[in-house]
Formats: sequence, structure tokens, C-alpha cells
Amino acid sequence: MLSGLTVSERQLSLVVLGLLAVCGLAMIGAGRNDDALGTHGFIVLGVSLGLTFLVISRYFDPEPSQERLSEYYDDPTRAGIILAMVWAVIGMFVGVWVAALLAWPDLTFDAAWASFGRLRPVHTNGVIFGFGGNALIATSLHVLQRTSRARLPDQFSPWFVLIGYNLFCIIAASGYLMGLTQSKEYAEPEWYADIWLVIVWVVYFLIYIRTLQRRKEPHIYVANWYYMAFILVVAVLHIVNNLALPVSLGHAKSYSVFSGVQDAMVQWWYGHNAVAFFLTAGFLGMLYYYLPKRAERPIFSYRLSIISFWGITFMYMWAGSHHLHYTALPQWVQTLGMTFSVVLLVPSWASAGNALATLNGAWHRVRDDATLRFMMVAAVFYGISTFEGSFMAIRAVNSLSHYTDWTVGHVHAGALGWVAMITFGSFYALVPWMWKQGRMYSPKLVEVHFWFALAGTVIYVFAMWNSGIIQGLMWRTYNDSGTLAYSFIDSLVAMHPYYIARTVGGLFFLIGAVVGAYNIAMTIRMARAAKVREEAGTDVPLPRPVATAMQAGE
Amino acid sequence: MPTFHRRLERSAIGFVLAIIGVSAIGGFVEIAPLFTIDETVEEARDMRVYTPLELAGRNVYIREGCYACHSQMIRTLRDEVERYGPFSLAAESQYDHPMLWGSKRTGPDLARIGGKYSDAWHVAHLINPRDVVPVSVMPRYGWLQRNALRFEDLGRHLAAQRALGVPYSEAMIANAAADARGQANPDSSEAGGVAERYGKATNIRVFDGDPGRLTEMDALVAYLQVLGRLTDAAHKPVPAAGK
Ligand code: HEC
Ligand code: HEM
Repeated sequence: MLSGLTVSERQLSLVVLGLLAVCGLAMIGAGRNDDALGTHGFIVLGVSLGLTFLVISRYFDPEPSQERLSEYYDDPTRAGIILAMVWAVIGMFVGVWVAALLAWPDLTFDAAWASFGRLRPVHTNGVIFGFGGNALIATSLHVLQRTSRARLPDQFSPWFVLIGYNLFCIIAASGYLMGLTQSKEYAEPEWYADIWLVIVWVVYFLIYIRTLQRRKEPHIYVANWYYMAFILVVAVLHIVNNLALPVSLGHAKSYSVFSGVQDAMVQWWYGHNAVAFFLTAGFLGMLYYYLPKRAERPIFSYRLSIISFWGITFMYMWAGSHHLHYTALPQWVQTLGMTFSVVLLVPSWASAGNALATLNGAWHRVRDDATLRFMMVAAVFYGISTFEGSFMAIRAVNSLSHYTDWTVGHVHAGALGWVAMITFGSFYALVPWMWKQGRMYSPKLVEVHFWFALAGTVIYVFAMWNSGIIQGLMWRTYNDSGTLAYSFIDSLVAMHPYYIARTVGGLFFLIGAVVGAYNIAMTIRMARAAKVREEAGTDVPLPRPVATAMQAGE
Repeated sequence: MPTFHRRLERSAIGFVLAIIGVSAIGGFVEIAPLFTIDETVEEARDMRVYTPLELAGRNVYIREGCYACHSQMIRTLRDEVERYGPFSLAAESQYDHPMLWGSKRTGPDLARIGGKYSDAWHVAHLINPRDVVPVSVMPRYGWLQRNALRFEDLGRHLAAQRALGVPYSEAMIANAAADARGQANPDSSEAGGVAERYGKATNIRVFDGDPGRLTEMDALVAYLQVLGRLTDAAHKPVPAAGK
């Protein structure tokens, strides 16, 4: 990774790492009376010292050649893919754990860090930000360069973004285990982590805009519209939703500037659009590049792309209040949220339809190629979960579904079926390109992963639909004498079998992800082996038997 | 449209500005008026603020992620009102930075849990929910009883809240640590000040059963016991603001 940096960039790295180390020291000092802040200070210091050591040890390596500097810069993309897979396994493992805790609550240690309330955000953030975020950064840098036919502006800033972003994720996850949280859904990290993310994000945006400015294509490609919307809107949402006042500079704890009903509206404006611009727009960017590439078909309709892009960008921002039906939020806001949520189906289905129509003429490939099938199924689940979302936003439906497992089922139809599937599909297309191999180490294992993922998703979603609807109905059922028929505990008992089923479904999905991580790791090994062979081959040709052993994945 | 869009696609900056402009409208229209329209939050004259001990308990509630399983927002639906009590008003969470309305009911709503059970019930339930409700899936929280509460810096917490608009007085801030101790120890000399500053109705008692120590359990139970009891507004017929 360092051999790609010029000497001046290595110097810049040392300066930035020095500043980071100072921040770490300051946090340790300020956190004398605050365990969490102090621990985070040590993490920041440790990371910056470790990286400093790495830079110094490679400082005198030869600079990249002029030829290398004119090629696309893909090292950060490669690292991002690996990080995304690591987070996928961690995040989904914790997902299975919390799922199991709802069936067997004592399946944990008698320690605060291992309790449901602290693990749950490790799961949500691990998969959304760790897995999803790294996948977005990795693919966006790849797509950006290819569709602009321009190289990234420099070698330092993509590493700053990738490493800085993962530092944010580590601070976030370790914070939850220590009980540090703002309690805002998907915005749990405390104020200093939030500030750090803003810095990282600004650099990310600058990479994007600087590359686009230097593009050799007259037009900005559709995938980049989505990646840009993702970067920009997430920045705005993040800054507004996280406005908070720390108790003091020596406290990790802060208080949100908003309270009560205004805070609820801000949080769901953020929360729903985190779904829209993080988990949808960014991944649509992926879809719009890797699906046509893999299918070797052009996007079906340019017009539909325009409609769906601006429709999503405009309308999603109104929809957050559908999370607050029948609450103390003024009804006019609820009605606006419901209306826009329903109309939102139009641009959403325009996207899903555009993707599926693109596959027209390539269905035989979908049948034979599990990678393309991942993407196809993702588009289908995108269509299903956006329909479901619009449906659940209707007040009468929401009165039943809200607060129940139906919401969780809906979230995971999108998260597993759409977000994770499109990511895995894109990775299986991208990994062979990035490591210059003709194919994945094992296409069979891609097939295995596909079926585990699909089975896991279906089991998970059906279990939660069932439990959610049963729960909702039990809560509102009256008996003949006009009193509520079931106690809360009755409904809890009724959930038990579904919680077990969900755990099984999640386990399937996790197994699939582990298989995928193994396949990617072996592809990378294959590439390394090939490189060794190539270098050795210039001098002494390798004897045949070794070469075959390598191919078998040794 | 396509030709216009074709032109837009040629300018990165233009595209950036278009995205920001188009996406900003919705949030602005829905959020800004909530700060200016008076009817958004009902008037509740009798509303009191959290005592330092209750605030500390609220922070424990946040820290442990209780909100991941419990809502604090009773909707305006008949079955909810019958199950949990009068529907929640915006006024009731007006001092909640942040709000804890929640989005998932793995366990029951807690907006009006205050006074429903005894302190001893809560302590036993938090230490092991299955001792009290055998089929419960709620986690055990034994460490709350073991951990001493950090109360020395509660004054700074109150001061931060005041900076955000919660009406804490100078005296409340200055006596925060003493009030926290006093509220959980009615026999101490510090107890009198709590009632004086926060009102006679304040719960002043040994919440965790051990007067010798001020624990996180004291704080959390004090918080649970005041949920839904900071104001009577929800129990009176109110002008149907926003309903
Ligand atoms: C895994 C989800 C979960 C978490 C996390 C959780 N609870 Fe619960 N809680 C439940 C369930 C389920 C019940 C119903 C069964 C029972 O009473 O134990 C419940 C019941 C309760 C009740 C009794 C409500 C009533 O009306 O009977 C209280 C009070 C309570 N929880 C407080 C808390 C507090 C405080 C925390 C955080 C320290 C917490 N819970 C964390 C699931 C959870
Ligand atoms: C191995 C697969 C997975 C399992 C077993 C799993 C399990 C769970 C569980 C048990 C919960 C808590 C539900 C509750 O409180 O009742 C949850 C919540 C959540 N998960 Fe997952 N999950 C998995 C994968 C994913 C992925 C890949 C994503 C996103 C990309 C995701 C996003 C979320 C979100 C956003 C929530 C919060 C839902 C809400 O608040 O309504 N999960 N998950």
C-alpha cells in the first residue's frame, strides 16, 4: 500500500498521523475521569503510532514509477473489499448472537458489554457502516475512475478516507460495548466520533469532485449521480442530526440539542434517509454499474434513470415522519410523510424495473451465473421492500406494524435481500478484475453462497412477517366482553418459535458470508501465487507439479 | 427533459448544487415549523424537570440500550390507551434530550411505568427478569446493583441541559451531587433539599434497598418510577393539539 505513495505523500502521512497521535494524547488526558474517552484516546494513539511505524519502515522504498502513476489507482478499493468482508462476518455474527438472545436470553456472559442493548448497535453499525460503508467506498472509487476515465487525484486522500472511516467504525463499535451511545438510531456514536467522521467525509467528497473535474467523459455517469447523492446528503443528515452539547470536553457523554417531538422528527428525518441515501442511493450506484457490466447489456432506459434518481432524491426527504404515525408529532407532518412515502413507490419501482429490464436478453446468463443472479435477486428484493415500505407507511397499516417484528422483517428484506445481495454480486464481479484473475477462485462456492443467502433471507423475512403480524394482532384483539384478549406476556410467548426460526435464517446468511469471505481470500491468494510465479518465471520456470498445486488453491 | 439533463450532467458543481437543493426542501418544510408553531407542544404548567438522580438513571437507561426493546410513546389508539394508559403528549418529553420514544416493543411500553410496581419489584426484575416473569427475554442487569453511581459531576450535566433550554436553576446545579445522594437516602440531611427544589411529590427513598451505597440501580429505578409522572397533563382533557 505504501509503495504507491510518493515521497511527499509519505511525508504528509507522517504529519497527519502525528496530528492524530496528538488528538489521541489529548483524549487520554481529557479522559482521565472518563473511562470511555480515555480508552478511545488509547485506540486513536495506538492506530496512529502503528501506522506511523509502518510508514517509517517503508519510507525509503522506491517511489511509484511514472507508469504506475498513470494507471487507475485501485489499492484502496482492494483494501476496502477486504475490510467490508471482515466487517460483514463480524456484524452478521453479532446479528446471529442478538437474534439468539431473543430466543434464549441467557446465552451470554454476565458482563455489561455482552448484553443485548449494547450488542444490538454493534450489529446494526457493523453491518451498515462497517460492511455497507466499506463496500460503498471501495466500489465508488472503482466506478468513479472507470466512468470518468480519470485517475484518483492523489494517493493519500483515498487512504485517509478508508482508514479514517474504519477508525470511526472501531470507535463506534467499541464505544457501544462500553455503553457509550447517543441512543439515536444509526447515529449512536458520540460527539468526537461524529466530528471525525465529518472530516473524513469532506475528504471523500473532495476526491469525488476533483476526479469528476478531471474526467475525460463529457457526461457524469448515472452510477456517480447516486454515489454523489449518497455522499452529499449523508453529510447534511449527519451534521444536523448529531448536533449535541458535550457535558464538558472531558466527557464522552453529550446531550442532543433537540428534545422531545422536534428531536423525534430530526431523528427520523435522519434515520429514514440513512436508509434512503446510505442503504439505497449508494447501492443503486453499485447496481447501475456492475449489473450492466456483468450482463454486458446497456441500461434499459436513460429516461427512467433520470426520473428515479430525482424522484428518490426529492421525495425520500419527506418520508421520515411515517415512523411517527399516531404519536405526539402533529398530524399534518404525519400526513405529509405518508403521502410522500406512497408516491415514492414510483421512482423506486422505476429503478428496480430499469434494472430488471436491463437483464432482458441476458436471462440465460442469470441462470448460469450466480454473480449476476445475486444482482438480479437484489433488484427483486429492492422492488419488494420498497413496495412493502410504501404499504407500511399508510397510517392504518402502520397502526398494526409499528413497534412489531414486521418492521424488523421489512428492514432485513431490504438489508439482506437488497443491500447485502447487491454487494456480494458486485464483489464477485469486481474481485477478479481487481486481482487480475479470470474468475473467482471457486465459482461453485459463489453458487453455494447464493443459495445460503437466499434461503437465509427468505427464512428470516417470513419468520418476522409472521411474528410481527401475530404480535400486532394480539395486541389489539378484544374478547367478547370488550377487554383486551391477550396480555403482553402472551404475545411474547407466541414469538418464541419465530425467534428461533429467525436465528436459523440468520445463521444461513452468516454461513454464506463466511463462504464468500473464504472465496475472496483464496482468489487473492491465487493472485499472489500467480505473481510469484510470474516473477520467478522470468528467471527460472517453475516445475510443473508446483504450478498445479497452486491452482488447487494451496 | 433529457436535453436539459444532458447539460446538467456536464457540470459536476451544478449537479452537486442540484442535489443539495432538491433534497433540502422536504426536511426544511417538515422540521422548521415544529420549532415555531406553538401548538406543537402543549402547555403543561405543572411539568417538572428530572432530578439529578433521575437524570443519571436516564443515562443508565440510554447506556444499556433499554430503548432498543422498550418504547416510551403511547399512540392515540384505543388498545394502546387501554393497555398502557393515556396517550403520550409532546409536552411530556419536552425536556428529553434526546427523546426515547423508541421504535420496537420487544418489551412493553414504559411511558407510564412510574408507580406501577414497587422499587423492590424493579430491583428483582432488573437483577434477573426470569425470577419475576419466567418467560421473559429481557437481559439481566446484575451489575447495576454492584456499580457505584458516579454522581460528583452531575452538576455539569445539569448545566449542559440548562444550556440547551431545560429550566434548571442555579441552586439545582450547585446542589446536584448532594441532591442525588439525598434522594436515595431519606434519613440523611441532604434529603430535605431535594423536596425543596423539585417539589413535594418527588420520590425520596432508598430505591435499591441499600441505604449505605448510591448505586446505578438507585438511579435507574428512580428514573423508572418517575416515568409518566412529571406532569398530569395527559390525564386531563387537553385541547387536541396535533391529534
Ligand atoms: C431484549 C429486550 C429488552 C431489553 C434490552 C430490556 N428489556 Fe425490559 N422487558 C423486556 C421484555 C420482553 C419484558 C416483558 C417481560 C418482563 O416483564 O420481564 C420487559 C419488561 C420490562 C419492565 C416491566 C414492564 C411492565 O409493564 O410490566 C420494565 C420496567 C423493564 N422491562 C425495564 C427495562 C429496563 C430499565 C431496561 C434496561 C436496563 C430493559 N427493560 C431492557 C425486554 C427487554
Ligand atoms: C446474519 C444476518 C443478520 C442477522 C441474524 C440479523 C439480526 C438482527 C437482529 C436480531 C436485530 C434486532 C431486532 C430486534 O431488536 O428485534 C437486527 C436489527 C437490525 N439489523 Fe440485522 N441481522 C442480519 C443482517 C443485517 C444486515 C446485512 C443489515 C444491513 C445491511 C442489517 C441491518 C439491521 C438494522 C438496520 C436493524 C435495526 C432494525 C430496526 O431498528 O427496526 N442486519 N438484526
